[in-house]
Amino acid sequence: MSAVPLNSGRTASLAVRPGLKRSQRRRQLTALAMLTPALLGLAIFFVFPLLASVVFSFTRYDLLSDPQWVGLLNYEYLFTKDPKVWIAAGNTLWFVVILVPVRMLTSLLVAMLLVRARQASGFWRTAFYLPALVPPVASVVAFVFLFNPGTGPVNTIIGFFGGQGPLWFNDPALSKPSLLLLGVWVLGDIMIIFLAALLDVPREQYEAAELDGASSAQRFRYVTLPNIVPVLVFALVTGVIAALQYFTEAAVASSVASGKATVGEGAGSTIGYPDDSLLTFTQWIYVRGFSNFQLGYASALAVLLFVVAALFLVLLLRRVKAFTPEEAQG
Amino acid sequence: MKMQRPLAAIIAIAAVTALAACSGPSNQEISPTAPAHLEGTVSLWHFFSDREADVIQSVVDDFEAANPDVTVDVHSGQDDEKLQKAIAAGNNVDVGISYSTDIVGAFCSSGAFRDLGPYIERDGVDVGQFSETTASYTQFEGTRCALPVLADAYGLYVNDDMLADAGYDHAPQTMEELEEMALAMTTYKDDGSIDVLGFNPLMGYYENTPTNWAMTVGATWLKDDGTSNIGSDSGWAEILQWQKDFVDAIGYDKLQAYSAGMGQEFSADNAFQTGKLAMNFDGEYRTAFIADQAPDLNYSTVPIPTLADHSDSYGGGYVTGNIGGIAKNSKNPELAWALLEYLTTDTDAVVKLSNGLKNAPTITSALESPDLEVTPQFQTFLDIIQSPNSKTTPPSKVGAGYQQAMGDYWNKFQQGDGGDLTDGLTGVDTAINDSLALVDGP
Repeated sequence: MSAVPLNSGRTASLAVRPGLKRSQRRRQLTALAMLTPALLGLAIFFVFPLLASVVFSFTRYDLLSDPQWVGLLNYEYLFTKDPKVWIAAGNTLWFVVILVPVRMLTSLLVAMLLVRARQASGFWRTAFYLPALVPPVASVVAFVFLFNPGTGPVNTIIGFFGGQGPLWFNDPALSKPSLLLLGVWVLGDIMIIFLAALLDVPREQYEAAELDGASSAQRFRYVTLPNIVPVLVFALVTGVIAALQYFTEAAVASSVASGKATVGEGAGSTIGYPDDSLLTFTQWIYVRGFSNFQLGYASALAVLLFVVAALFLVLLLRRVKAFTPEEAQG
Repeated sequence: MKMQRPLAAIIAIAAVTALAACSGPSNQEISPTAPAHLEGTVSLWHFFSDREADVIQSVVDDFEAANPDVTVDVHSGQDDEKLQKAIAAGNNVDVGISYSTDIVGAFCSSGAFRDLGPYIERDGVDVGQFSETTASYTQFEGTRCALPVLADAYGLYVNDDMLADAGYDHAPQTMEELEEMALAMTTYKDDGSIDVLGFNPLMGYYENTPTNWAMTVGATWLKDDGTSNIGSDSGWAEILQWQKDFVDAIGYDKLQAYSAGMGQEFSADNAFQTGKLAMNFDGEYRTAFIADQAPDLNYSTVPIPTLADHSDSYGGGYVTGNIGGIAKNSKNPELAWALLEYLTTDTDAVVKLSNGLKNAPTITSALESPDLEVTPQFQTFLDIIQSPNSKTTPPSKVGAGYQQAMGDYWNKFQQGDGGDLTDGLTGVDTAINDSLALVDGP
């Protein structure tokens, strides 16, 4: 082994620098080339539509003719004159603060029960996951028929026991809770992720906690929860985003419950039924954009939704920092 | 600063591209004479599906047979939203058929559908062959950008057996008669809920729309300048109050429970077809549903009754329908015009469409054609189409937005949540005019 002069590193470094640069540049270019499809997709399908929506929100635009710049007219109308925007916002908020947590809690509960299932676990896992495979439109139609006040089996059974079933999807007070039942029924998509996360929690941590005399509640708080926090956050974030964009289930439920379900003629006339109780923000964007030919105004609504969603998620992610595994264990 | 420059550039590019992408070709001048020989390919976008699409295809086949060098590229199942997007995106749409007259205001004013005036004038097409209502809803502010492709007319369906059982020998001509007969025909279950209903006055049920109820008083929607006339037309307040009194006579909750339990409107479980509803507002197309799904039903049809003090407007009904136009980006507008003209003005084609789709024909020659299949019940709607008392909903730049605003208020009012009626209708005016200002301002 020969001795290496102290300055040899620097000398060598200086000597090979051009080569390293070339190598680094090549690596960077390779990385960029591999990222390009994703970046292009992001630019074309996210950044451009987003910025275009912002631009259109300052215009009078019907999609069919050239947009005209109207300044803040759309936003003025949104905040001072739109008769339904706050109804739609309130309904959407209901789905965010009720539907998302209820689905998550139910999914977690089911997943925890399935983890403990000793017999026929495969059957139960399949049974709870299966409804998630049903297309949303089909599941909503089936649910509305099941809960039909006059002919549905649910009220028939209630009637058999002498009770009088409610109007479910036809009652403004119960239409959203009825959709909540549907949301819980199709919990398989979240449940399966929770189940995987729960199965991934190291057994030795539970054993150590048991040796320390931790109760089951303490084991859940100090072992289970920290281990599944990333999955919970994922489910929460995607759930909130999905709830802010809630459209299909509510639109189909309104259409079928109103008794006017049809094919090929749009759903504009039944959206929100009954009494706007199922009118969500994205449906209102759709109505204003495509039924009323107010794409400029619909863009303003979309921008507002984006801002609210972004703020909501920023606040959410800041809050859940406290529940990261490091924080929880620390 | 380094981050701001690219962002500003992206925003600028997006703005310029977004605005530039919206520009489309304007209407071009047309040839002084119609082409002597037609050849090429023309695309037809329509919303029909399944059996109804087959009917359209059969007429398209006839057109192709008459023009052997023409191929029609048919796109079925394309609803208004898809048509709107396709035209905006510059897709090859030559002829578009919509199910709604509500698009006419936006499509005419934006140029999405071309002005047909030059073609009509050049080829000497007689617009007078269309009924007054169908001719009116296919143009906007003096521009005729569409032609009617059959029409829907609305009247009153009456179950004759139930009417006779209740001791009546004629269908109602006034709403007062209708209410009296309806209450006599309504029966209740032991628990007090409705078993069979004479007539359901609940706004929003099946075809209980403000458009049909407007006919009972001849109420008008918009002023000549396109703004709302609802608060100024006393007929609206009159019929809203009358309808609410009728609802209260039975009970809103009972009617709501009954309505919720009935079958889908466009299914064999339709309450009128199953005998759970004795009288109902509906369109001429119901005759086809009944013939197919309830052939033993003994029923008749009459024009929509009026309030007694509006009997001078009896005989008409609400008329709407499908409309067809030539898209602004049509690559072969002469072929498109030839196809559209055939579909809307050729007697045999219109009769064939009417017989197949069971919608009312819109041209005089088809209405009088011996080949038109007409039952006594269907004849009522042919009479309604031609009645001077029939009305339609005027085209507007906000589509059906003004009808939605009225429907929303009416729904509240019938539940007792509408407050003072005069103030409420003034509020409807304000909501409609505010919305109009978004699309039609300085």
